This record gives sequence, structure tokens and C-alpha cells, in this order.
Amino acid sequence: MIEVCGLTVRSGGFRLAAADLEVPSGGYGVLMGRTGSGKTTLLEGICGLRPATAGAVRLDGIDITGAPLSARDIGYVPQDLALFPTMSVRDHLGFALRVRRVPRAEIATRVATLAESLEIAHLVERGVRDLSGGEARRVALGRALSFRPRLLLLDEPLAAVDEATRDRLCVLLRRIQREHGVTTLHVTHSRDEARRLADILYVIERGVVTARPLASLAAAGDDA
Amino acid sequence: MRRAADDPAAGAEAPPPGAVPPGRTERPYRAGPDWPFHAAFITLGSVYVLLVVALLAADVLSTSPRHLLEALAKPEIRFAVQLTLVTCTIAALLSIVVAMPLAYLLSRHEFPGRRAVEAVLDIPVVLPPLVLGLSLLILFHLPVAGATLESLAQRHLGMRVAYTPVAVVIAQFAVACAFAAHSLQLTFDRIDPRAEQVARTLGCRRDQAFCRVVLPQAWRGVVAAFTIAWARSLGEFGPILVFAGATRMRTEVLSTTVFLELSVGQLEAAVAVSLIMIAAAIVVLAIVRLLGGKVA
Repeated sequence: MIEVCGLTVRSGGFRLAAADLEVPSGGYGVLMGRTGSGKTTLLEGICGLRPATAGAVRLDGIDITGAPLSARDIGYVPQDLALFPTMSVRDHLGFALRVRRVPRAEIATRVATLAESLEIAHLVERGVRDLSGGEARRVALGRALSFRPRLLLLDEPLAAVDEATRDRLCVLLRRIQREHGVTTLHVTHSRDEARRLADILYVIERGVVTARPLASLAAAGDDA
Repeated sequence: MRRAADDPAAGAEAPPPGAVPPGRTERPYRAGPDWPFHAAFITLGSVYVLLVVALLAADVLSTSPRHLLEALAKPEIRFAVQLTLVTCTIAALLSIVVAMPLAYLLSRHEFPGRRAVEAVLDIPVVLPPLVLGLSLLILFHLPVAGATLESLAQRHLGMRVAYTPVAVVIAQFAVACAFAAHSLQLTFDRIDPRAEQVARTLGCRRDQAFCRVVLPQAWRGVVAAFTIAWARSLGEFGPILVFAGATRMRTEVLSTTVFLELSVGQLEAAVAVSLIMIAAAIVVLAIVRLLGGKVA
């Protein structure tokens, strides 16, 4: 379970004010908001890329507010994916395991299983520079899930892909999330994504986070 | 808005292109040709390119393979070639070791005094070379609390610094490191810091993120910076002359060889050594050009 209690984060001139948010263990939380509303700042505050000036982040009951990035046990997929341009797909999927000094044989097995599950087994020897948008997103997702994190943060993971790819990735995201049982917080401005994925819904406006019933997604329109 | 049907001119024969519309008296505007602009810029720009080509051609034409071989056969010039290769390589390696962390910090972090540090890095680049050499000489002989750096080096390391090959390396390093730092800062600026941040969320410490994610992207830039530092060291003369001297078979490097050969009237030998340096510079430039376009 991820609990965000009164988290305040500054990002340049922007201030995320005392955000409260909770996603139960194994749940799929969706945070909706317009561009510039503070979605990414909140995710960066949770995973430690931006220091909190107040409030707390608890993961499975443990306060991780001041913990170093490397010790938070959070898989993070940024909006720009930030793939490592010098590495192959296989290297990406095994990266966090190599850092953790997992034995080679186990890395090979886990990478193969993950690649199969993400339907990118045929791409593992390829570099990441020439992957399509959908393939690159699968690699970023696999990299974030590879070390079995307790929380998965997805920052607009389906932005800038065509509709058919988005449909396929939506199905994949839900399946993978259930297979791994990982608590997930997915940031988007798309009502359609929220409708299809959310167990629990939050909306952020001008740095203020509020919980909303899933029924509110029935309203017309696709964008937040 | 007037409709065509309301326009008395509608349906009339269209005026020829360039004709003055009714009610206007000025002549139609005609842009002049572009060739004077191109001619002026090409002529002015060519002056410098031709000057450099003429300099190189003059050097090549004023010597012969025989002179080159004779120069290379001289023991003092062979010593200078060897000392140059060794000192330039050591100075370039030291420059990379020091400049890499400095450039990375300047590229990735905002800290108090950052602008001042950048300004300090510019000083060796703009400082007159003789002044830099003199400053090194003074630094190593300035008594502080009854000791100088020179005396400390003699006491603790058992070696003299000024007027030795060590001074050659220090003089080369003093300038080359600034160039390496500038080059590496550009390299790190071009590498997206986001990948490092993600690496840290994946379990990397900062040093692991640097070694596993940044360095593999930066290696071409590192090689280019090494090459630039090596080339700067090769061309260093003023600081070496003042701080290390130009003693034959002791602190003589190729740049000082040119000076020494000229001072004794051996123009052919000076030109031959110059050609060796020009060849080295061309190789360095080729490497930098090759790598520079592919950095990050």
C-alpha cells in the first residue's frame, strides 16, 4: 500500500500543496490532471527525485520520505521513458538485477520470463534507439518491473502512441499489473485510460489532489 | 468585404505582373541578385583558409625528406620526441582524471560559486602563457610557514620539480586540464540526466549510475577531451620555457626544440620538427572530428 500524507514538493516556481493519496496493496490507482497540474511533481516526490518539504510517503507502512532513491523499492517509468541509449533490450531488463548482484543464471531466466510476458522476447538483442513507441514503452515497463518493486509509478505511459497501440498497451498494463500484484499509480490526462485501468481515482488540479468516485469517469469527453 | 460582383474591376483583364496598380506611382520592388553577397563572403572567408594552407605548404616546401630524417637522427631531437610523447600522455591522463569530476559537477549541479568556478576554469585559457609559467614558478617557490612546494617535494617525494620533466608535465597539465574540462562539460550537458535518475530508482548509487549509465554514453567525449588535452600539451611552450626551462637532453620537448634550433640558426631542423608537430596535430584533429560528431 502506498500512503501519501500531506506531501509538499516544490518544483521551480510550482508548489504541490499537502497532497493526500492512498492506493491499497495490489491496487491500480489513476491520478488524472491537466498538463501543468503537478502530476509529474507528485510522482517525483514519491520516488524521491524531488525532496519533500513537508508530509510523508509510506510504502507498506514504512516511512520512505527521507530514504535514498536506490532504497525505495519503487519502479518508475517517466514520461520520456529515459531508456539507456547504449544498452540492448536485454540489458535494460537485467539492469536492476545486475545492480543487485543477482546470479547470472537467475538474471537470464527472469529476463526471459519478463520479455515473454511483455511480448518483447523477439527484441531482446536489439538496441533501444530504433524501437517503436509501443516497444519502447514495454521495455521501460519491463525495466521498472524487473526487480519486483513494491510500487510502480507510471507517468503518462501511453502518451504519444497511436490508438491501436494504446489499446494493446492498456490490456497489457492491466494483465502485467495483476500478474505481478504490484501496487500501481498511473498518471494520465486521459479519461479513457482511467476508465479502463483504475481501481481508485484521484484528480489533481493546481497542485491539489482530491479523491473522486470511479462513476465520475462516466461523464463525456476523453481528456481531463 | 467586397464581393466580386460588386467590384467594377472584376472581369476586366488582369494587369501584367509587375505593373503598378492604379493609384500607385512607385516602381515595383525588385530584389537585387545574391551573387555580390556570396562573392564578398567567400572572398573574405577564403583569406584565412588560404593563409593556413599557405603556412602548411610553405613548411612542407622548405624542407625535404632528407632534412626530416637528419633531424630525427639527432639524439637530442629523438630525446625531445620521446619526452614529448611521455609528458603529453601523462598530462592528458591527469587532465581527464581531474577534469571529469569537475565537468560533471558543473554540468549536473547548481551550487554556490558555480559561476566563479567556471570563470576560474577560463583563466588558464586566456592567461598569457609566459605569465602562467611564471605563476607556476612563483607558486612552487613561495615560502608558506617556512616551506615551499619545491622543498616539500624534495623532502617527501625525493625529487625536484622546477626545471625537471615533472615541471614539463605540470606546465602542460595547467593549461590542458582547462580545455579538457570545457570539452567534457559540453559532453555531460548533452547527456540527458533523466536516465541517471531512473538508474538510481532501479537501485544504483550515484557512482554506479555514473559508471553504468553516464560513462558509456560519454566515452567518445572522454576520448575527444583526452585528445584535445594531448594536443594542447603538445603545443605548450611558454609555461614550459619558464617553469621547466629548455635544457637539452633534460627538459626539451618538441615545442622547445623548434625554439632551440631556431636560436642556433638550424632552420631546416626547426622546420622538420615543426612538420612532425603539424602531422601530430592533424592526427589529433582527425580523431576529434571523428568522435566529436558522435558524442552522446
